[in-house]
Amino acid sequence: MTEQSNDPIDRQIDHPISQGLSRRSLLKGSVGLVIGLSINPFAGRRALAASTATASESATFAPNAFVRVAPDGIVTVMVKHIEFGQGPLTGLTTLVAEEMDADWSQMRGELAPANAELYANLNFGKLQGTGGSSSIANSYEQMRRAGATAKALLVQAAANQWQVPVNQITVSKGVISHAASGKTAGFGEFATAAAALPAPTDVTLKSATDFQLIGKNNSTKRLDVPAKTDGSAIFTLDLHEPDMLTVVVAHPPRFGAKAVSVDSKAALAVKGVVAVKTISSGVAVYATSSWPAIKARKLLKIKWDESGVETRSSDEILNSFQQIAQKQGQVAAEHGNVATAMSSVDHHVQAEYSFPFLAHAPMEPLDGVLRWDQQGVYVKMGSQIPTLDQGAIGKVFGFTPDKVQIDTLLAGGSFGRRAQPDAHFAVELAEVAKAIGPKHPVKLMWTREDDISGGYYRPLVMHRLSGGIKDGKIVAWSNTVVGQSIVRGTPMGPPAGKIDEQLVEGATELPYAIDNFRCDVHEEKVGVPTLWWRSVGATHTGYAVECFVDQLLTTAEQDPVKGRLAMMTEEPRYVGVLKAVADLANWTGPQVSNGRARGVAVVKSFGTYVAQIAEVSINEQGEPQVHQVWCAVDCGQVVNPDIVKTQMEGGIGYGIGHILFGSVDMQDGKIVQQNFDQYRSLRIHEMPEVHVVLVDSTAKPSGVGEPGLPPIGPAIANAMARLGQPRPVKLPMVQSVLAYTSAAQDSQSAAVQMTQESQA
Amino acid sequence: MKYAINVNGKVREVDVDADTPLLWVIRDELKLTGTKFGCGIAQCGACTVHMDGQTLRSCSLPVSAVGKHRITTIEAVDGAEAKAVQAAWIAHEVPQCGYCQSGQIMSAVALLKEIKKPTDQEIDQAMNGNICRCATYQRIRAAIHDAATQLG
Repeated sequence: MTEQSNDPIDRQIDHPISQGLSRRSLLKGSVGLVIGLSINPFAGRRALAASTATASESATFAPNAFVRVAPDGIVTVMVKHIEFGQGPLTGLTTLVAEEMDADWSQMRGELAPANAELYANLNFGKLQGTGGSSSIANSYEQMRRAGATAKALLVQAAANQWQVPVNQITVSKGVISHAASGKTAGFGEFATAAAALPAPTDVTLKSATDFQLIGKNNSTKRLDVPAKTDGSAIFTLDLHEPDMLTVVVAHPPRFGAKAVSVDSKAALAVKGVVAVKTISSGVAVYATSSWPAIKARKLLKIKWDESGVETRSSDEILNSFQQIAQKQGQVAAEHGNVATAMSSVDHHVQAEYSFPFLAHAPMEPLDGVLRWDQQGVYVKMGSQIPTLDQGAIGKVFGFTPDKVQIDTLLAGGSFGRRAQPDAHFAVELAEVAKAIGPKHPVKLMWTREDDISGGYYRPLVMHRLSGGIKDGKIVAWSNTVVGQSIVRGTPMGPPAGKIDEQLVEGATELPYAIDNFRCDVHEEKVGVPTLWWRSVGATHTGYAVECFVDQLLTTAEQDPVKGRLAMMTEEPRYVGVLKAVADLANWTGPQVSNGRARGVAVVKSFGTYVAQIAEVSINEQGEPQVHQVWCAVDCGQVVNPDIVKTQMEGGIGYGIGHILFGSVDMQDGKIVQQNFDQYRSLRIHEMPEVHVVLVDSTAKPSGVGEPGLPPIGPAIANAMARLGQPRPVKLPMVQSVLAYTSAAQDSQSAAVQMTQESQA
Repeated sequence: MKYAINVNGKVREVDVDADTPLLWVIRDELKLTGTKFGCGIAQCGACTVHMDGQTLRSCSLPVSAVGKHRITTIEAVDGAEAKAVQAAWIAHEVPQCGYCQSGQIMSAVALLKEIKKPTDQEIDQAMNGNICRCATYQRIRAAIHDAATQLG
């Protein structure tokens, strides 16, 4: 599909749809053993060459469509989850390799195409998608079973050919051996023979004590790293196709407004611009390359129908939330009697915490490439929920979802931005393609301004907490949460009248034994589109709960670690990570010295327990500066230890950047921030030294993409409290957008000046 | 307008408007897609290339200003420093999503060409124009120190 791809297979394919060939159908030709197979959705209807669509296609209905062994011994794993840095390409391949007893050097991973029958997320029902830190968790047994099945078939094929009993054959590091006869072979030698055998219906999985790769340090290297160090990794934005038009869309200044009239004369005069079309989400500019489209969009004169749009400022919304929080909302969880208990406490403590809208701002803004004809649609994009994108695109064209083929590409980050229950980006992509007609494939790209001012934020939320201490013990706790539901009204939303659990997750079940407890919620409607943002509800519940418990413990004159441990009467895994992080950091208390103090927090999200200690000072600008972070994580059985560490490091860095600087503000319904000059991102000099310890666990694996984030904010706030600063109640902690003035920027101006001089 | 610019050692002729940023010439005209678009306003560094060996945010330099200066992109960056940096990036498994890493590597290579053994502060100075939303900064720092050691 790309003209300049470094991938020889891609180079062979110009028109996947018109030729009825896909990258994968080409690969099929080189495949010997195929344990299940991803199919080109057009294969049957398109009368593919018989050689590429025969016996192996029936195997697509086998439960494991994941493993391919080529005659050269290369094992390719079809990875059903999108890779955007969180590691499933390597992780799911590790699971297969473990059970096959393969050598890591023979393993490859490939992102699977959209096909919910084969590649559903087992946690999501019949839906293919990545989210909720579930990739390893839902694939753990499925992928191991696929690997074990492949191995059993290879061993059977070897036994048949060597005429020896199956149980005398051993496999180690990709070598099949029969000790008595001295015979050995690689997987490739038996790939064809194994393909002819019936798959066993039951295979035995290894016990954890026999693992060679899973959980072992340095046993696997990330498969996608080399291509990400030389520019050869292909992302959606890198695709170029013959006759392709690049499209940018002018979105309305207020969410939900519709374009009623467009003066496109100036835009169309830009060299390279070929068309301007109105679609449901705005006005699309089509050009032969990116720059003319970007440039021409600024020249459009558009009248918008703004009836019914949100016109408030974010401060006005927050003020209204604060009023609403004065009253108790719908009860989400309750035990004991808070009101009664509060009437006889020694200390009564209250706090309110408010959280702004946040953009995800992945490095690669949203983008997609689509070509279509009367028979179907072919899409390449970083699709995080392909099943929903398929359905939404099909609807725009009037096709059933099976006629929409989506190949998922590497994506430059997501943090939740590509997981869209309303498939709004896929819809926009389909609409711009349909509007221009099938002659031109389109590449739709969002610029950074579209990304940051385009909505789909972490919702604005506030928490109002009240706590009571009696005889040095926390005896009462109430928490009123006010916020906007992300999923209400989408296919993934709660039933009418039911509480949206995502709004209160992490606030309803505390690890602390408190006799009288209530969490209640007001769900408010706001005319701003919102979306899951790395760690979802825990982005705010983790902060509110862990700041407030720390404040109560301070009031009760207890150590933040010991005080927490004393209340964790039935939570061994919380206790485990908290003790582990205290050991790692040599915790002896908040340790105020040299202007630095330490704060602690512990949060469970997506089944993973994470405790962190942050060492913080206040710098000359009055901003908190995080010097070191210690982190203990219990995510059950670890698969790739280093990937777990990277996700903790990344979650901490992403968390610090937003808790310190992140805010998307609205004035009169218009978004203030447009780009990284105003939406300040964490930079290298603001990244602390992070130390991670993995807590041994035999529990089932849980995810790590998100859980590293929630504890860092409250850990910082709790350290600040020891430095005499109040725990920040209105986030972000730093309001300044001052981002950087670097040598690099200076050299940029020097370079421009230099070139201007040389031109003169 | 036609411009002849020297990219990766070859003079390439392109026919684009004078205000076209070098980034889009590199990506869309020359089809060298290793250099990334991230912000368009020289804030994120994803578009970093070398101009005569110095880092340059290619999103903010119009093609008309390139003149006879030599542009190098990630596809052709070479020499001992580049090899050491790329090897260290792999050894430390620096990239996560990977989208910013071409720019990070171009900045790191330029740094090591200028300063053989950079301190943490010098790394901060040279690298703080490159945003990594995955926050791989700790490994970037370690990999630069490692590459400096390997270069001796």
